[in-house]
Amino acid sequence: MKKTATENSRYDLIDRRTLIKGSAAAVGLLLLPQVSHALPEDVEAEIAELFDTREIQQGKVTVTVPPISENGYSVPFAVDVESPMTEEDHVVRIVVFAEENPQPNVARFELGPRAGKASIKTRIRMGGTQRIRAIAEMNDGSLWTSYAFSIVTLAACVFDPGT
Amino acid sequence: MSTIRIAAPTIANKGEVIELKAMIQHEMETGYRRDRFGKEITRDILKYFECFYNGESVFKAEFFAAIAANPFLSFFTTATESGTLEFRWIDQNGVASSQSVELEVS
Repeated sequence: MKKTATENSRYDLIDRRTLIKGSAAAVGLLLLPQVSHALPEDVEAEIAELFDTREIQQGKVTVTVPPISENGYSVPFAVDVESPMTEEDHVVRIVVFAEENPQPNVARFELGPRAGKASIKTRIRMGGTQRIRAIAEMNDGSLWTSYAFSIVTLAACVFDPGT
Repeated sequence: MSTIRIAAPTIANKGEVIELKAMIQHEMETGYRRDRFGKEITRDILKYFECFYNGESVFKAEFFAAIAANPFLSFFTTATESGTLEFRWIDQNGVASSQSVELEVS
């Protein structure tokens, strides 16, 4: 069937509108604020504030996160520290950092000999693919650290609070 | 009041290391999200968690915005005596929610 001139122009108009809407959306996407994340210096400053300049050794700590996190809003996280958890030798504190999150602090745990076992599980938010770091402080003052890496498919906290 | 779910053994042998699991219903609003008008949604999070074994603190946690909604925690304690385990959360405004369970140690 042959279309009339008016019908044709109406179709053109709709096309143009769609085009305009489409390009507006594209521009909007470009203008979206960038995902903000903490700087390594921020994490270093936090660590310096918590533990001064004490030496942090690699080992004893095991951080477990899934290698691929499909949902950054809820990622299963576990931290285990090798320690007999006796009165003489136990973990007193565990701090967790996520360097790519807008705010690098994740959680801090305080435990003692009554814990029996230094093993904690929770669920965390991840603002992007990154490594999760845990530092454990023993009762003798020694510090131990470890990392775990997770690829995040859907990132949590997409908007920058500053914009 | 928020719904609280506690998973803890009701009986244990003296000296046994037991796992305690606690979960509370809470948005844990990060303060980084915006509503449909583009306005920032203010932060509203639970800040502290503490577990008391017969009134004595055995485990403490401090939360930040990076803890997922409906915070879940699993940790361990040594069963020393029969008594009460109290799980307490305190939000950023200082409002506390708590629940207790009984533990029988033989």
